[in-house]
Amino acid sequence: VKLVIGIVRPDKVNDVLEALYRAEVRGFSLSRVQGHGGELDRVETYRGMRVKMGLSEKARFEIAVSDEFVQPTIDALCDGGQTGEVGDGKIFVVPLERVIRIRSGETDDSAVTPVGS
Amino acid sequence: MSTIIAAAAEVDTGDTAWMLVATALVLLMTPALGLFYAGLVRSKNTLNTFMMCIGAIAVAAVTWALVGYSLAFDGDAKIIGGLGHAFLSGVGFEPREGTTIPHLVFFAFQGTFCIITTALVSGAVVERMRFGPFLIFAALWSVLVYAVMAHWAFGGGWLAAQGTLDFAGGVPVEMGSGFSALAAALVVGARKDYGRQALLPHNAMYVLIGAGLLWFGWFGFNGGSGFTTGDSSVLAFTNTLLTPACTLLTWFVLDLARNRQITAIGAATAIIVGCVGITPAGGFVSPIWAMALGVIVAFPCYAVVAWRPRTRVDETLDVLAAHGVAGLTGIVLIGLFAQKDWNGVADGLFYGDAGQLWSQLVAAVASPVYAFGMTFVLLKVLGALMPLRGSDHQEAIGMDIIHHGEEAYASGEGAILIRADAPSDGAAPVPERV
Repeated sequence: VKLVIGIVRPDKVNDVLEALYRAEVRGFSLSRVQGHGGELDRVETYRGMRVKMGLSEKARFEIAVSDEFVQPTIDALCDGGQTGEVGDGKIFVVPLERVIRIRSGETDDSAVTPVGS
Repeated sequence: MSTIIAAAAEVDTGDTAWMLVATALVLLMTPALGLFYAGLVRSKNTLNTFMMCIGAIAVAAVTWALVGYSLAFDGDAKIIGGLGHAFLSGVGFEPREGTTIPHLVFFAFQGTFCIITTALVSGAVVERMRFGPFLIFAALWSVLVYAVMAHWAFGGGWLAAQGTLDFAGGVPVEMGSGFSALAAALVVGARKDYGRQALLPHNAMYVLIGAGLLWFGWFGFNGGSGFTTGDSSVLAFTNTLLTPACTLLTWFVLDLARNRQITAIGAATAIIVGCVGITPAGGFVSPIWAMALGVIVAFPCYAVVAWRPRTRVDETLDVLAAHGVAGLTGIVLIGLFAQKDWNGVADGLFYGDAGQLWSQLVAAVASPVYAFGMTFVLLKVLGALMPLRGSDHQEAIGMDIIHHGEEAYASGEGAILIRADAPSDGAAPVPERV
């Protein structure tokens, strides 16, 4: 069981959701984060004050999947999240020690398999 | 004595005082519209949407003073006025012919109408049109479309001459903006995600506050269009209270029938529809007929609001439904409800004059055709000279950052101050610690 963390542009969230749906990846969390990934800084001006915006808005997907779903999940994130410009984001895959479904107490693979599939 | 007074009209202090206030009320409507529109778009386009309204104030006030006012209100030629008042020549403290207010106040009051109408059209192209081309479009539109249609309806042009009644702008303001918006949406094209993703209003509170302030300003818009504190102004003022209330109630019922819930953004829309509906009719129909008008106008507008998103036409903020269709309905209903006992001018079909209905129908056909056609050609020509919209990538980032370099909801987290002496490319070092 792996945790796939995908950081993507907020305006690509819908495209990623569509791609995940097509890849039959159904369980995930989504949060809004701010970060910096080496892209060019953006300069904004508020009256006389000019500022360099060091942090950009990003969306963070957290998707726990069984091993055979890791690659389809990565493909979906790339597929939906890519624009080709700097700032498209990153994907991190990390091992998970245990997964437990709270309702039933199921663990690991069966806990990350959506009900009814 | 009385004949002398009638021959040489003098400035009336009461009328002038009211018209000064009414002018300020109408100007308030444009920032209010900015709020209304800004709430309806996504958060990344908030500032740009509001700025289109602010930009309309900047551009249309200037074009109005230079040539627009003259083309609308100099002489009574059929199609377009003269250049006798260009650069405000001959516009001073003397009363404007046929009124008891200084010519300057008349000019300013009419100017605020040109401004709000120009701002209204932006609702069709928000979230994608580039800001620079929009300002150029606004300048040309305020002269080629608004000033011409204002001349037809208010300045003694052919519509007024053939008897069309338009109290406060059903022709130039409402049909002018509504059908131009449809043309603008067709030429500029849909937003890249339109029809593929749900593009939702980001702040319904702004929409409600904006609608409330618009209604408030509309008392000056309609109540001032009699240019006096006399009967027709009083009638229009009161009708501006009654009609939108009836439209609201009707909209509630329609919302309930369709979705079993009464929506807030629907209510805000209903306020606009009601105000627009009574705009042309305000000083011509009795309060009871004004209430009936408020009920009737809700139906065609509700239908267009419900139908438009199913089409491929991304007329984003429904200017056609809320202004074009509502204004057209109001113009036509004058032909039925007008009552000489109340307005002292003309009767409609219900009071024995079918000819008035015909005069209204002429305006209801000619205005949409001109507004749509002229705006379509204008934007096609402009589009051939410069790109009207940015890349998909820019649209994804949002107009606020791309065109204004600001965000509506900047958190300040991660913002680094750039020293005042830094070059403008932002590459300079940030302030050092001391």
